[in-house]
Amino acid sequence: MRSRFHQGLDELRNRLLRMGGLAEQAVDRACQAYKDRDLARCHQVLEGETQINIAEREIDEFAFDLLAMQQPMAVDLRFILAVTKINSDLERVGDQAVNIAERVMDMVDLPAVDLPVDIPRMAAAAAAMVRRALESFIEGKAELAHAVLEMDNVVDRMRDEAFIALVKAMNQNPSSTRQALDVLLVARNLERVADHATNIAEDVIFWVRGADVRHNAEPEAATQQPSVPQPTTETH
Amino acid sequence: MGVGIQVEHLNAWFGKTQALRDINIQIAGNHATAVIGPSGCGKSTFVRCLNRMHETIPDARATGRVRIGELDVYNGTSAVAIRRRIGMVFQKPNPFPTMSIFGNVAAGLRLNGFRNRKRTAEIVERSLRYSALWEEVKDIMHKKSGASLSGGQQQRLCIARALAVEPEVLLMDEPCSALDPISTGKIEELIFQLKEQFTIVIVTHNMQQASRVAEFTGFFLLGNLIEFDKTEKIFTTPSDKRTEDYITGRFG
Repeated sequence: MRSRFHQGLDELRNRLLRMGGLAEQAVDRACQAYKDRDLARCHQVLEGETQINIAEREIDEFAFDLLAMQQPMAVDLRFILAVTKINSDLERVGDQAVNIAERVMDMVDLPAVDLPVDIPRMAAAAAAMVRRALESFIEGKAELAHAVLEMDNVVDRMRDEAFIALVKAMNQNPSSTRQALDVLLVARNLERVADHATNIAEDVIFWVRGADVRHNAEPEAATQQPSVPQPTTETH
Repeated sequence: MGVGIQVEHLNAWFGKTQALRDINIQIAGNHATAVIGPSGCGKSTFVRCLNRMHETIPDARATGRVRIGELDVYNGTSAVAIRRRIGMVFQKPNPFPTMSIFGNVAAGLRLNGFRNRKRTAEIVERSLRYSALWEEVKDIMHKKSGASLSGGQQQRLCIARALAVEPEVLLMDEPCSALDPISTGKIEELIFQLKEQFTIVIVTHNMQQASRVAEFTGFFLLGNLIEFDKTEKIFTTPSDKRTEDYITGRFG
């Protein structure tokens, strides 16, 4: 047994889960800030970004060391590659949360207008995708990841509906254009969060099954893939 | 040119202990094929069955069919004739210590009754060039003994010696395990080039080496061939959990 190496994989996994927690928290805070027009929460999101960026660099460095020092193979190699890509997606989820917070900060300075878009519902769907993608990573289960891929269409449709509704609102009430544009950008940011969750799910499938399902590619003939060896430590 | 190797229902024993169990495999000509597996899995026995070296051990025997190109190894062909077509390089370089470098390379030719001095010199030069040793020894090859060379050079000398008799297949049993990284790099580069002329089967404990030099890899465990596939497939998405567990260091 290469116990030191496998401890390293456990550590990498735990670090990524902590990173996932930070990214999820950033999205939740940004969406709450939107709902409550809460500047304090917006600042929390902005301040939290630094922590996410540091975590991203540390995870990449740790993964790089494992690749260089341990020359992993097969499922371990796929795991480390998947972690580095998921890491990047989580950092971008954090960026989207910052973008949302910045839109909210802009909106707070403007008169509140009632727009025909249910951003909290869309936010709940995007956040659920991130959560489930991370759950599929924790469990190492490709079927959970596949379920995330299927959710992406729902969020895409919400974004399209928001776009149509907001353009209509801007035409009908030009004085609310700036607010509508802010909301449109928030919808766009949430749709991007869902896209990153989709990427994470695709990376989990790659890790577990060795199949590349990106860009709607048909997975190669399913390998008789053994169950993924699970790290030995408890997750946080 | 290298030829393909076809192995059907190969079984091998040491006395009553069965070392290989019903091995079936087709090795492509002019490619390098790596054989990996934990100690005692039968990988060395497997390559030694390909040129009938296995049967040189007391009480050892093998059954089944091995074809090297059109040559039926276990049916009506002499072991000497087979070994002329299948060169072998071992873990530890084993130059003939009392012979010069030139004499080492020419030894196989002389053993086969080849006496043409001019032609012998040509073949020795070609073999030393094949093994990337020519430039290092061309001025000393008549004066210096093979044993005077460094470990890496000795191993390349052994490769030149094996190539001199113009085999179609080159078997290498952990050829780099006693070498430093620079010498290992030279042998690996050599393997890559030799594939154009020869079929290579290499036993290695070093999985990075297998992934660097071989297009195909077979994983052996407890005398069974567990999985045989393109090297890339074996080291990224193996089909069998036992292969995965071995190459990820979960056992062995």
